[in-house]
Amino acid sequence: MMPMHEPLIFTHSRAGRTAAGQYPKDAKADVPAHLKRKSSPGLPEVSELQAVRHFTRLSQLNFSIDTHFYPLGSCTMKYNPRASNSLAMLPGFLGRHPLAPESASQGFLACMFELQEMLKEVTGMKGVSLTPMAGAQGEFAGVAMIRAYHRARGDLERNEIIVPDAAHGTNPATATMCGCAVIEVRSLENGDIDIEALKKALGPKTAGIMLTNPSTLGVFERRIQEVAKLVHEAGGLLYYDGANLNAILGKVRPGDMGFDVIHMNLHKTFSTPHGGGGPGSGAVGVGQRLLPFLPIPIVAKTDERYRWLDERDLPQTIGRLSAFMGNAGVLLRAYVYMRMLGREGMQRVAEYSTLNANYLLARLKAEGFDAAYPERRASHEFIVTLKRQAKELGVNAMDFAKRLLDFGFHAPTTYFPLLVPECLLIEPTETEAKEELDAFVAALVAIQREAEQDAAKVKGAPYTLPVRRLDDVRAAKQLDLAYVEEREQGV
Amino acid sequence: MSSIPTHLKYLESHEWARAEADGTVTVGISDHAQSALGDLVFVELPEIGKSLAKGAAAAVVESVKAASDVYSPVSGEVIAANDALRGAPELVNQDPYEGGWLFKLKASDPAELDQLLDAKAYEKVVADE
Amino acid sequence: MPFIPHTESDVREMLAAIGASSIEALFEEIPLALRTRELTGIPEALNEMEVSRLMQARAQRDGTPLNFIGAGAYEHHIPAAIWAIVTRGEFYSAYTPYQAEASQGTLQLLYEYQTMMTRLTAMQVSNASLYDGASALAEAALMAVRAHRRSKSARILVPATVNPTYRAVANAITEGQNLNFDVLPYDPKTGTFEPASLDAYKGQDITAVVIQQPNFFGQFEDVDAITDWAHANGALAIAVVNPTSLAVLKPPGEWGAKGVDIVVGDGQPLGVPLSSGGPYFGFMTTRLEHVRQMPGRIIGRTVDVDGKTGFTLTLQAREQHIRRSKATSNICTNQGLLVTAATIYMSILGSRGLERVAAASQAQTQVLVEALTRIPGITLAFDGPRFHEAVLRFEKPVAPILEALAARGIIGGLDLARHYPELGNALLVCATEMRTQEDVDQYAKTLSTVMAGGGV
Repeated sequence: MMPMHEPLIFTHSRAGRTAAGQYPKDAKADVPAHLKRKSSPGLPEVSELQAVRHFTRLSQLNFSIDTHFYPLGSCTMKYNPRASNSLAMLPGFLGRHPLAPESASQGFLACMFELQEMLKEVTGMKGVSLTPMAGAQGEFAGVAMIRAYHRARGDLERNEIIVPDAAHGTNPATATMCGCAVIEVRSLENGDIDIEALKKALGPKTAGIMLTNPSTLGVFERRIQEVAKLVHEAGGLLYYDGANLNAILGKVRPGDMGFDVIHMNLHKTFSTPHGGGGPGSGAVGVGQRLLPFLPIPIVAKTDERYRWLDERDLPQTIGRLSAFMGNAGVLLRAYVYMRMLGREGMQRVAEYSTLNANYLLARLKAEGFDAAYPERRASHEFIVTLKRQAKELGVNAMDFAKRLLDFGFHAPTTYFPLLVPECLLIEPTETEAKEELDAFVAALVAIQREAEQDAAKVKGAPYTLPVRRLDDVRAAKQLDLAYVEEREQGV
Repeated sequence: MSSIPTHLKYLESHEWARAEADGTVTVGISDHAQSALGDLVFVELPEIGKSLAKGAAAAVVESVKAASDVYSPVSGEVIAANDALRGAPELVNQDPYEGGWLFKLKASDPAELDQLLDAKAYEKVVADE
Repeated sequence: MPFIPHTESDVREMLAAIGASSIEALFEEIPLALRTRELTGIPEALNEMEVSRLMQARAQRDGTPLNFIGAGAYEHHIPAAIWAIVTRGEFYSAYTPYQAEASQGTLQLLYEYQTMMTRLTAMQVSNASLYDGASALAEAALMAVRAHRRSKSARILVPATVNPTYRAVANAITEGQNLNFDVLPYDPKTGTFEPASLDAYKGQDITAVVIQQPNFFGQFEDVDAITDWAHANGALAIAVVNPTSLAVLKPPGEWGAKGVDIVVGDGQPLGVPLSSGGPYFGFMTTRLEHVRQMPGRIIGRTVDVDGKTGFTLTLQAREQHIRRSKATSNICTNQGLLVTAATIYMSILGSRGLERVAAASQAQTQVLVEALTRIPGITLAFDGPRFHEAVLRFEKPVAPILEALAARGIIGGLDLARHYPELGNALLVCATEMRTQEDVDQYAKTLSTVMAGGGV
């Protein structure tokens, strides 16, 4: 049974209460008077049990993969194997200081080197750097490398990045962060990129294009070879946003499609935990042309010894993106996952995630739901549009999403991509069993019936969760971003 | 149906402009725009004294789910901003053409006003959306 | 098939429902010429038993040496309860709380975290975390440029006593946006930045001044004077701090007359294991007036339709999924799981526990410094008070000594030759509350042996 409420940790706090068993021996700080802290930082004063109970209860207020089907489109919420976690937390890895000498790090470096090699193989790239700490940082690394490449050739005018209108918001935000101008091109009715619009956008200022394939519309970009040819002929490079790599893992490699650079979301495709919003990991892979620009450090192997490559080895590198080498513990988890899947298991990822998505789509279509791209094969995800329900019944995608929570399912992604009105972007992943998918269909059908008979009921959902719909306007206008006791007592 | 006063000029991006008797120009967003954005939670206003080119991003109106740039309908220098919006952005929703004005300009080329849409043309823009 | 639940009959039924002849047929839209045949570079699958063997062997190869490096990552005791809760599936396998009603646990925890960070730093608002301390400094620099509307220079003054890797990361991340970092020298006697050297910049358009406390060498900077100089000269002040130290040091919100404008740092010391360099988390706090320029997720408290208190993502219009190319940053995640660890850590330790950790670390570092400087040929590089790190000077190059120590199970410190060649043969050492007298004795004894010629 889900608890419905847990007070703030600060309300459990009582002056003088401690978890003293966790303290180190007493010592007195020696700080000059003018640098000393004058008042207590006001952290909670609770017992160990109170803290444990509080945070355990908080955990129970969450939906998660371990507790619920979580078909959040574009996020690849598949099972996170427990072995990945426990093996990444072995004392030798967990206690290792990131600046320990190479001689005391060979076991760790061996894992990282082999991970680089495996990622090169599955993406068809020539070099990999593991340091980006999330997908968005991987994107940053990719665009920064494209920019560095053009500049190294004296091609200083190239600062335009082409982005399809269906792209994740991180794509244009990244291009801006890298000092590039963003040129949007539209998508056709069938979900493919508009080649004519692309041709118009290309020119002597084109630095590159950022593409997700399969796109965020849940379909494979069929004319990818033509796109690659056009962009390369115009002097630009192709960036592959790995958000949807799960759809094609082992089936087709971005390198073979003509991409020059890719970022991979290890927290999606390689099943490292999402952790309530992170840590992610956004390793980047590059083709021959971008090898000199990879972010550092990278692991190299010479005569059975592993060592770090840094700016001395790669003088043209775009530099360091994290204090050490990125989210090492996440990388270890991805490494364990890849070793457990092995050669054939890697190919099964795309196969069964695509099977699950197409099955779910077929079942929903048969039940009368509208696919956004009915003529297309789904990739590992697909879009249902509730435009008709919104118009006829006054029940929109948000209402369906909230009602699904009452049925014990996490909602799919809603209102993304922006191109499709009233959309649900549904990604079941390969680790869900058929029974779970059938139950999800049954829930959506039941909600549809409710919407037809009692729209208000759906619009008022959820009813069974710790809170009902929240006042987002109040949250943004009357900002309450930290707990202040005095303010509380004043209310 | 949203209200579109006939004495104002409009941009396709849903700003309105009003020529004042003293030669200045007051700028806001249309009733249609405020209704499409939903409850505003924040308005970022231009600094007094800033000079703006026609079509330059001058202010930002923010709701929970969207943030839109407000473009300057004419070129000129910002001479006033509606400080009441800092504490009460909802004024734009409640009264987009009077209490919810955003900023005033000293226009550098008053003829630019004539190039803007009249109410009838703007009504068509809204109808076509 | 690992992690795939489908039976043969499931597959048959599912294909029938789709109307496809085979799984392979589902990929018909991918041009044949592009299809991957076999991934020869990927080894055959290992089962859990085999992969456990492999990983244990690898981990054992690196062993569990005695560690005396800090330099941005600190080995503190982590109460057992913390990771037992952090790895609960409900935290571990949830995602960004887009559906607030189904994510109140994560959201309330983040609100509690934001509260603790504002208190620790004495600032008004905190985000829900950034990737790490180094990238947080880059984001702070970009934020300062946005927040400081009157400054047009995007010029930021950074003392050389700020972590050199943080400076390198800030350079790499802001490279496309034409920020200029001016690196200012330090006093070779105290290892601290001399505020008077700022006077060369008087009257110039400076966007911000960065101050790290304690600095990279572990020494205390004159934070009040630097903060006041920044404000008197129309610049913002950015603090880089170690969260453990804030239990005993004056928080950045109280530096100088007005306090700093933006605070960043790495949250790793708060319950996050060294873990070979990550995942850690970056924190950022600021004044309320700058909240809309702050990057990253922010959680707010509000009410639901029944008036019940709840928590939700707020101020999302700053972010990339709405603002796209005009967003404050391209960041879309935080480091949720590590923040979960830090929030539980701060709750269990409390103010007094954290103060003990800070004091014990400082005391043990003093013990270490005294023990090592008794060895002939080793001296302390800098005068003046310090926190839990110190720079030692050697007569001979440090690198071979460190190798010899590593071979004897001791990670002896960080060789400063790369980043601070002007210091000569210099070593940055650190001791936390984890380093006992016996540990220090063992280090001193081994180092004496090594320096006496036993292996170098």
